[in-house]
Amino acid sequence: MLVEPQKSAKVAHAYEAPDYYQLDGLLTEEHLLIRSSVRSWLNEHIAPYINDWAQNNQCPTHLVKEMGELGLFGPSLPEEYGCPGFDEIAYGVIMQEIERVDSGIRSMCSVQGSLVMYPIYKYGSEEQKRRFLPLLAKGELMGCFGLTEPDHGSNPGGMTTHFSDEGDHYLLNGAKTWISNSPFADIAVVWAKNPDGKIQGIIVERGMPGFSTPEIHNKWSLRASTTGELVFEDVKVPKENLLPGVTGLRGPLGCLDKARYGIAWGAMGAAMDCYSTALRYASERMQFDKPIAGFQLQQKKLAEMLTEITKMQIFTWRLGTLMNEGKATTAQISMAKRNNVDSAIHIAREARQILGGMGITGDYPIMRHMMNLESVITYEGTHDIHLLITGMDITGISAFR
Amino acid sequence: MLKILVCISHVPDTTTKIQFEGDGSKLNKTGVTFIINPYCEYGLSRAIGFQEEGKKVAITALCVGGPEVEPTLRRALAIGADDAVRINADATDAGFVAKQIANYCNGKEFDVIFTGKESIDFNGSLVPGMLAEYLESSFVSYATHMDIADPESMTAQVKREVDGGEEVMEVPLPAVISCQKGIAEWRIPNMRGIMGARKKPLSVVSPNESLELVATVQFSYPPAKGNCQYFQPEDVSKLVDSLTNKGLV
Ligand SMILES: Cc1cc2nc3c(=O)[nH]c(=O)nc-3n(C[C@H](O)[C@H](O)[C@H](O)COP(=O)(O)OP(=O)(O)OC[C@H]3O[C@@H](n4cnc5c(N)ncnc54)[C@H](O)[C@@H]3O)c2cc1C
Repeated sequence: MLVEPQKSAKVAHAYEAPDYYQLDGLLTEEHLLIRSSVRSWLNEHIAPYINDWAQNNQCPTHLVKEMGELGLFGPSLPEEYGCPGFDEIAYGVIMQEIERVDSGIRSMCSVQGSLVMYPIYKYGSEEQKRRFLPLLAKGELMGCFGLTEPDHGSNPGGMTTHFSDEGDHYLLNGAKTWISNSPFADIAVVWAKNPDGKIQGIIVERGMPGFSTPEIHNKWSLRASTTGELVFEDVKVPKENLLPGVTGLRGPLGCLDKARYGIAWGAMGAAMDCYSTALRYASERMQFDKPIAGFQLQQKKLAEMLTEITKMQIFTWRLGTLMNEGKATTAQISMAKRNNVDSAIHIAREARQILGGMGITGDYPIMRHMMNLESVITYEGTHDIHLLITGMDITGISAFR
Repeated sequence: MLKILVCISHVPDTTTKIQFEGDGSKLNKTGVTFIINPYCEYGLSRAIGFQEEGKKVAITALCVGGPEVEPTLRRALAIGADDAVRINADATDAGFVAKQIANYCNGKEFDVIFTGKESIDFNGSLVPGMLAEYLESSFVSYATHMDIADPESMTAQVKREVDGGEEVMEVPLPAVISCQKGIAEWRIPNMRGIMGARKKPLSVVSPNESLELVATVQFSYPPAKGNCQYFQPEDVSKLVDSLTNKGLV
């Protein structure tokens, strides 16, 4: 049961987006309008409550429809399926704004847009697209993405979830874990081995007998997003629910490219919020008769944070233009995801120290960002795995096994 | 079909730190974010409200200004205006602006013209009254409510706040209505609206010759805040003493 929490004045602070190199000049008027609109909505509907939701481990599922109305789900998918049809930079800007408020809310949107809608758009039949995409875009259906299994995390190719062909339907067996949105999702895009042992996507719908979605409890991270399992015990799935467009690991990996690109922007948003909070606090907090922002050690932290943020901004902007041209490679996206999440975690840790004891409270967003980013650095390919991807790309030798 | 014109002024964001250029006669616009004047935005929201009530409406957003105001008009289109017009001239003098808008309205037969009760930049509250005068139409200022129960009747029901109460009026259309808080809620453009705004027409028209009657010579900052002295609620007598000593009571 979701209780309506108290508005927390301090958390709904006046956020100022750092833009040291006038990089807003690289965005179009439309990107800026998108950003200010999304920011206004978040400031009104999410930011004042997010601390309470995270503290109470509540996911604001009651806002899913409104998020759909606003257009946060699948913003770069085409208009003919009920999506806005923006470019990839607009998508990035939206993810950045959402994660500036909370990585959990951004995860909810990334999963829906990049891991549920995108595979249906990219690998689905025309009928599947028409049936699911407009409802997913509007938030009338919520989806989740099942790739990770209890025994196969970094190595999804080893998955054991599989389906057999029973003539007029498929029979699905296996289990997925660590699945964002699973406890309340209406549909799941599940990656499983087909009768030939090849990985293929299949849409499983809530209510199908044998399909359950237990929640994972006790998380210290992404507490405003729900995570769970997907359990399939002889689930009969209609044949028309199989995604016909792709077989093999490149199916799920193609979606991950899209989501990881969004994460590169998103993590930067969390970092910007930490920096903006720390800068404001340091300018106001007096110790030894002067603002702590006047001490060299604090200036070093702030100056380095802003330098890192500026680098991330350039990085993601260029990656966005490559995405728009369809030229971004998986390895390039890996590099940005890895770098930006890592930088964001460092910034969060430094920013938290600037706030001293206040930094550990929910009155400020930093500790929440810091804990959230521990998930972000792990999911969608761990920090290590992305390094191995870059390593393989530059040497031509796989160090995975 | 109700034809509605929403006059939009392009103003610095409410949180802007105001700075002037050298001689103090102009705002320094570097780094300033501009927005739709919030009171004008009430008018836009009210206009869209008519559409949601099932009335047939055509909403035109208009701004007098240079090319820099186009993002503001684009935002109005994203929120729901059907088309936008920019009168290509600097909006400095209220009389000039009202004349330009009146001139544009000529022959267009707008039924309702919404403006803000004032622009939050110069706070003149002058344009709406002048505009109504030029158009020889009815005028209600500071409207907190507006309905058109029956579009065929060509009358609007309008409320405005008056000292200690509310004034309820019926006015014939066409009417100029200057909007105040209460008439509608602001709307945040959604992503589909922003995409849709790309395809909506934004036309630029040349200003007609008309005199600027007032020129700003100089702006000055308000005097710096003096030192504040705080008194606890239980120390009322100290407050009275202090005021007495200063000869203020
Ligand atoms: C909050 C949350 C939400 C998630 N949401 C989803 C979701 O919606 N859908 C989904 O499918 N999954 C989801 N995941 C799962 C996530 O993608 C996996 O946790 C991640 O891929 C890592 O897998 P693992 O946890 O099994 O770790 P492991 O693969 O067991 O890795 C453990 C450690 O070993 C390292 N390691 C593994 N292999 C190598 C190697 N070859 N060389 C060097 N080091 C290696 C890793 O880097 C890591 O540090 C989510 C996870 C979390 C925490």
